[in-house]
Amino acid sequence: MAFLQAAATRATSFTGKKGRLPYLLLAPGLFWLFAFFVLPILNLAATSTQTPVVGGDTGQFVQTFRLANYIDAFNASREQFARSFIYATLATLLALAISYPLAYAIAFRSGKFKNFLLVLVVAPFFVSFLLRTVAWKQILGESGFVVPTLRALHIIGPQTTLTASALAVVTGMTYNFLPFMTLPLYASLERIDPRTLEASNDLYANGVTTFRKVTLPLSMPGVVAGTLLTFIPAAGDYVNAAILGNPNTTMLGNVIDSRFFRIVDYPTAAALSFMLMAAILILVTVYIRKSGTDELV
Amino acid sequence: MPKNNPLSPKMLELVRAQLSRRGVIAGVGSLGAAGLLAGCGTKSDSKTSLSASTGGGTVRWANWTLYLDYDSKTKSYPTLDAFQKESGIKVSYKEDVDDNDSFYGKVQGQLKLGQDIGYDIVTLTDWMAGRWIRLGYTQKLDAAAIPNKVNILDKLATVGFDNGRNNSLTWQSGFAGFGWNKQKLPGGIKTVDQLFAPANKGKIEVLSEMRDTMGIILQFQGVDIESNFTEAQFMNGIDFLQKKISDGFIRKVVGNSYKEDLISGDAVAVIGWSGDMFQLATENDGKFDFAVPESGGTLWSDNMMIPSTSKNKLNAEKVMNYYYEPAVAAQVAAYVNYICPVKGAQAEMEKIDPKLANSPYIFPTASTLKTTKVFRTLTPAEETTFTTAFQKATGN
Repeated sequence: MAFLQAAATRATSFTGKKGRLPYLLLAPGLFWLFAFFVLPILNLAATSTQTPVVGGDTGQFVQTFRLANYIDAFNASREQFARSFIYATLATLLALAISYPLAYAIAFRSGKFKNFLLVLVVAPFFVSFLLRTVAWKQILGESGFVVPTLRALHIIGPQTTLTASALAVVTGMTYNFLPFMTLPLYASLERIDPRTLEASNDLYANGVTTFRKVTLPLSMPGVVAGTLLTFIPAAGDYVNAAILGNPNTTMLGNVIDSRFFRIVDYPTAAALSFMLMAAILILVTVYIRKSGTDELV
Repeated sequence: MPKNNPLSPKMLELVRAQLSRRGVIAGVGSLGAAGLLAGCGTKSDSKTSLSASTGGGTVRWANWTLYLDYDSKTKSYPTLDAFQKESGIKVSYKEDVDDNDSFYGKVQGQLKLGQDIGYDIVTLTDWMAGRWIRLGYTQKLDAAAIPNKVNILDKLATVGFDNGRNNSLTWQSGFAGFGWNKQKLPGGIKTVDQLFAPANKGKIEVLSEMRDTMGIILQFQGVDIESNFTEAQFMNGIDFLQKKISDGFIRKVVGNSYKEDLISGDAVAVIGWSGDMFQLATENDGKFDFAVPESGGTLWSDNMMIPSTSKNKLNAEKVMNYYYEPAVAAQVAAYVNYICPVKGAQAEMEKIDPKLANSPYIFPTASTLKTTKVFRTLTPAEETTFTTAFQKATGN
């Protein structure tokens, strides 16, 4: 709530009078948070401990405060839990490996093409997320150019396929979340004062040392923000697994979808959602603490 | 299919892939659910629907996409236009059903509270129709108001979930069976063993609709899916499916997106729907074929029902009656290509398109019908157990 006080003090100092104004200004946002975050979360929490009505019909549940729902849900979906975090980690690392040089080049080496390149990074957002993922299905499919080329070069066998695989899922996630990694990286790299690099150079640091001692530390906020913005949605993603995966590559998002809409098992779906949220929250907290970038919080 | 369609077959296929009747079922489909999660509060345009229900002379109908004859030139539904002219009843036809589960999820809150859901006719698949009838969410049909009801095919007249068809009337039906690429598999597929032949490994797709995929597997194992088979028998079938998935035979468990994968070559053999395969075959110069498994396929239907919350029952019944006139039914069938549930429509089809009149996909012969069965109605407890097992086997 520190930001509330900060906002309040700032607003007071601007208007010069104490009063309700800052809180009134905050009201729409707070109302939004309450109506569309707090209420649904409470509803979800209530649902997660319900049990089916004895002899009731599909989708009829009653509140019994059964916390064991969480244990059951976890045990039934351990595999998908693990997969969600492994795939999300891989996609985040890949995105970082691709984005860092890209953001670096845009920030320091692009000259007059800077804006153009930034538009290119953002351009995929003009197309629906779903369509872009379906496009990957075609690119990696039998009718795309990748598979026949790799086969002609004898890199993959005639029976090997690329779609409906873990590789395709991770590729799709990396691609889909790449801009979320690139933009924060670019923002923090771009903010680096070129004089710090010159100073490093003047002090006889070579390029590698300058990067290690100056550029990288100064871009850490971008790295942290980028990895968070990539990892969090990737861990909860189910679109890539549904379109590019096979029945052996499903993630937790797919299980929640199936529990909610196919099995009509709302309590398990709610419990799984909560556990996913909690797991991400814990991981993220630890990560932020470790990386010591307090300015993000 | 409409004649003189300005779209190329390839384009049509693309559109269909996006919108097809069973579009958005599981697979690619379940993604649409994301939007629905947000809409779980079921507030969907209750305001407009309430005002509409008080005004007389209207019927609001929720159906699947591409499921009523459509003239892309005039951008209208010819049979529906004729009905509106003839009866003076205004029909607001909405392609709002893209998935049984998510449609139910959207309206169930209002149904429970007895609030108008915004539709006077809903069109849902057998098992979901069964759930609505069981829960009292439908109104009893007045047989006298629907004299054409007698035209329903014998096979569909008595169904487990609605004995005597007092609450529902079939809209269209279809088979689930084998679909395959004739260039890759010139020998065709007649049995489950042939579907899971080693050569097809990794290129097989099955339907995410449990009753269709499991119905075919269970019949292959000698189980009569219309009978009171046991949970153990069902789980045997699940084990079979599970094995085929973990051994890498099954590439995907999907809704109608198997069509795209057949076209692209990523899949060569599928458990799919007759209507889809019919369209694929006609649009790709006969490159694909469909057959009902020797051990038995499934017959499913989508059923028109009047929700308990509707105040326009009389008008809704008039619509149902109209679509059970053979000539009208034939006109619809000529466009949608699924099984026409109306007796006498075949003779009417002769006048529209003799070729379609002889299509076993639209007017199945008695012997074809004999090889297909309707998956029996499950108890709520069974439904949960079976669906959970099926979802688990398919990776969820």
